[in-house]
Amino acid sequence: MDDTVIKAQGVGLTFQTADGPIHALKDVDLDIDRGEFVSFIGPSGCGKTTFLRSIAALETVTAGQISVNGMTPDQARKARAYGYVFQAPGLYPWRTIRGNISLPLEIMGFSREERAKRIAHVLELVELENFGGKYPWQLSGGMQQRASIARALAFDADILLMDEPFGALDEIVRDRLNEALLTLWAKTQKTIGFVTHSIPEAVYLSTKIVVMSPRPGRITRVIQSTLPRERPLEIRDTPEFIALAHEVREGLREGHSYD
Amino acid sequence: MTRVWRNAAPVLTVLMVIIAIWYLGAVRMNATWERDQAARASEELTTSQMITRTLTQDRPILPAPHQVAVGLYDGIAGQAITSRRSLVWHAWVTLSATLAGFAIGAGAGILLAVGIVHSRSMDQSVMPWAVASQTVPILAIAPMVIVVFASAGITGLLPKAIIAAWLSFFPVLVGMVKGLRTPDAMQLDQMKSWSASDNQQFWRLRLPSSLPYLFTSLKVAIAAALVGTIVGELPAGATAGLGARLLSGSYYGQTVQIWSALFAAALLAAGLVAIVGIIEKATLRRMGLAR
Repeated sequence: MDDTVIKAQGVGLTFQTADGPIHALKDVDLDIDRGEFVSFIGPSGCGKTTFLRSIAALETVTAGQISVNGMTPDQARKARAYGYVFQAPGLYPWRTIRGNISLPLEIMGFSREERAKRIAHVLELVELENFGGKYPWQLSGGMQQRASIARALAFDADILLMDEPFGALDEIVRDRLNEALLTLWAKTQKTIGFVTHSIPEAVYLSTKIVVMSPRPGRITRVIQSTLPRERPLEIRDTPEFIALAHEVREGLREGHSYD
Repeated sequence: MTRVWRNAAPVLTVLMVIIAIWYLGAVRMNATWERDQAARASEELTTSQMITRTLTQDRPILPAPHQVAVGLYDGIAGQAITSRRSLVWHAWVTLSATLAGFAIGAGAGILLAVGIVHSRSMDQSVMPWAVASQTVPILAIAPMVIVVFASAGITGLLPKAIIAAWLSFFPVLVGMVKGLRTPDAMQLDQMKSWSASDNQQFWRLRLPSSLPYLFTSLKVAIAAALVGTIVGELPAGATAGLGARLLSGSYYGQTVQIWSALFAAALLAAGLVAIVGIIEKATLRRMGLAR
């Protein structure tokens, strides 16, 4: 089997609006291999979220094609190929944390025992073992987002797509969650697509950083990380990390010179 | 104790003012008749005589608060509750039709709202008619409904319940449509990312999200159902129910009876709204949606 799980070829997405067409994405080519951690970074309007949504079949591309595990995004979604984590936790206030994680499992028709088993497993992965019976409002913002990650992991998709999942959290919480996310990634071996607008976050987390720029939304640079997979928080003070961050910043500036 | 008093003081003050104005109004409005009587008997009335007499008339234009209180007490506690003179009996007749109408109206409102949210053509076709239905004066509709049903041999509870439902479905419809549409784009995308069916989306997301709106509109609807029932009891010489009590009171100039029935209706409405409120609070607290 091919090791490329997500393949985008000449992808374009044009929204027709009253003010004329908006090119959200244009000529996007990208391969994501199994087990990679790919970050999408760029200013707002660069199409990073749109691209992630296109992979998830939440948007339909108007040119080119995307394949996920060799299927169209739509088929891949139905085959439960990915879990999607949104900007906000989006937990249901009337369900406990356990109930919230159970929700996609109920929808997908897992049996009661199977649900209980999986919920216990993912709660452990995000270190919320003792909070299953709590309601969302009883948890901090960071814990809520961890619960929402657990929910996305519950049906054991190979791919995890995350759209600025920590964007609304303060930096201290963010650091801890980034660290926890790397641990989780190492444990589960998933392929992760991660949208962010933070350079340190992108460099710290990724094996591959995709720099994008707006009008039309496109990829300006793909940076392969030279950092080891094992990454303590202190790695952010190494010259290697700073050099990568510099490269990303350059890539972002390059995109803007078109304006 | 002081805290209870601090909370109750404004309410009690307003109540005292209202009662004072009511007494003044009663003396003033009933004075004309007393003055005529006195002139006929060629006597001079002192102020104190005037006040005593205006507040103790049998058929005053405006009965005094204590007369209404006595009438209300007598109607509720002074009669066997199976008696035709018992306000409890009349209130029960009205209540049963109100509850039936409320159930029909709320059910119709919810079903229509579900249809409207799921079907664009229903959204465009049903809503204008629902709005139009509420612009027709209920006083004009009520007698027709009663007459049409009576000609089909149906009298009693059902026609009144239909009129109650007519008034109560609308707030439920509007509230429920709003409620079912509260889930935001992200929550709907989330459902989509799990490939949830419309059914699953409805039962697991839209319906629970709509409950706060549903309860708010149910409170309006149950009060509206009571108004509808009473209006439905006015025409065609109904003999039972608070509406009939109002009507017969006005036929025979029994103003104390009218006011007693009015207050009984107000108490009933307050009680019904309070019950819905309690259920609302309990449900929303349990669901973590309490505001």
